[in-house]
Amino acid sequence: MYSEKVMDHFQNPKNVGELENANGVGTVGNAKCGDIMRIYLDIDENQVIRDCKFKTFGCGAAVATSSMATELVKGKTVQEAMLVTNKAVMEALDGLPPVKVHCSLLAEEAIHAALWDYAQKEGIQIAGLQQPKADIGEHEEDVAESY
Amino acid sequence: MHTPIYLDNAATTKTAPEVVEKMLPYFTENYGNPSSIYGLGGKAKKAVDEARETIAKNLGAKTQEIYFTAGGSESDNWALQATARAYGEKGKHIITSAIEHHAILHTCRELERQGFEITYLPVDENGLVSPAAVEEAIREDTILISIMFANNEIGTIQPIAEIGAIAKKHQVLFHTDAVQVFGQIPINVEEMHIDMLSASGHKLNGPKGIGFLYIRQGVKIRSFIQGGQQERGRRAGTENVPGIVGIGCATARAFSIMEAKTKQEITLREYLIDRILTEIPYSRLNGARENRLPNNVNISFEFIEGESLLILLDGKGICASSGSACTSGSLDPSHVLLAIGLPHEKAHGSLRLTLSEENTKEEMDYVVDNLKQIVDRLRSMSPLYEDFLKKETKKAKN
Repeated sequence: MYSEKVMDHFQNPKNVGELENANGVGTVGNAKCGDIMRIYLDIDENQVIRDCKFKTFGCGAAVATSSMATELVKGKTVQEAMLVTNKAVMEALDGLPPVKVHCSLLAEEAIHAALWDYAQKEGIQIAGLQQPKADIGEHEEDVAESY
Repeated sequence: MHTPIYLDNAATTKTAPEVVEKMLPYFTENYGNPSSIYGLGGKAKKAVDEARETIAKNLGAKTQEIYFTAGGSESDNWALQATARAYGEKGKHIITSAIEHHAILHTCRELERQGFEITYLPVDENGLVSPAAVEEAIREDTILISIMFANNEIGTIQPIAEIGAIAKKHQVLFHTDAVQVFGQIPINVEEMHIDMLSASGHKLNGPKGIGFLYIRQGVKIRSFIQGGQQERGRRAGTENVPGIVGIGCATARAFSIMEAKTKQEITLREYLIDRILTEIPYSRLNGARENRLPNNVNISFEFIEGESLLILLDGKGICASSGSACTSGSLDPSHVLLAIGLPHEKAHGSLRLTLSEENTKEEMDYVVDNLKQIVDRLRSMSPLYEDFLKKETKKAKN
């Protein structure tokens, strides 16, 4: 059901892990629907994304879209990163099955959430960027309690 | 290791070679219509009768109480819808459980739209329906109790004889979906007071597209499919003769090997469960440990998601299934795992392995060895696991 590119990014995901010196971190999704993505951005003084890592709890498509999204934003300016939409991620993966399109949306939201976190910390505004609504922060306590 | 290692026998089974062999002549030589008057039709009719007799004998039923259908789903639909139609005058209340197969649950939803009232009994943490709760739920207008014999996901076997006795005492019809059970463990419809029972051919090394509904003599349900007089006027359509021969042969085979098969499967099942639970942290067995189908293992791994697990297992040649949302095509994980009280994230991380008599201890070792690596790998990518570890570290510091 997945394209070869999706399978490749799932089986050999790029940029998995944490970034100790990240200055933008965003987590979106929730355990209830089965997908959680966290993206770490290390952005330099010229607003260029120097490094990017992710961690994802979710299906094959969720991992593949995270991997592709991090690849697409790496080396870009924060403004250019805003152009990495869910459509761009899907196209780069040669498409997703209809039931998995929400994974690509989640990847876009995760990037935006991490950029928002960076913008907040730096006290700057990024054109077109809105406060993420699906941040896991609201659910954190629920998730923690059930362990 | 010879792959694939097939551990999804609750989904379907390999058609046994002797079953296929027995079926083949009914495609190519004895292809007559059982309703035809000439000898060729007679041969087909005789084969159908023999299969019916084999099945009846192994259920403690009468031959004329077995009605062939296109499979388990049809049998479930028929039992519920036709009972509702035939007994709807008497009452509009049906009792079932929260963990039934969708063939039952979705039929119940349809009956609700038609004005029936359904009680979905909850289950305990092992997936057991309480017979006392069944009795309490019975009302004046209850016309049917439908409780599955054993669950397809977590393997829990219900106290069917007790529920049957209660149904009999209150003179309410009792149907059981035995799709996962027929051919796996002994069933006696008399001793267990079962009025209707659904079963399917492809779960016991028979072919797909064939099943049956046992209907106790005296239960007044009508045909679900209108047409000819096949199946004593209760199920129209030219008989699937090769399929019927197949399910008959598969039944005889299943009951002849049952004792040895059960013993072997339980040994492997226990070995597999023990190894997984001891060697993979933050894992738990879903379903009852004792009252469990001999071949069913269902385990939840915290912090990871089932579909990812299945794809990586497939990469190692291991065929398994999961109750995660992604594998069900919806956003919700398995209704069965939620009904036994699992939180969503643990339900998403479930893995079902269902064995057959062909599996070996070496295969179980191969599965566990690979599973350990895969679970580790997925956890290393999981933000849930990262948060968990951070919390543990914080706790340790305090």
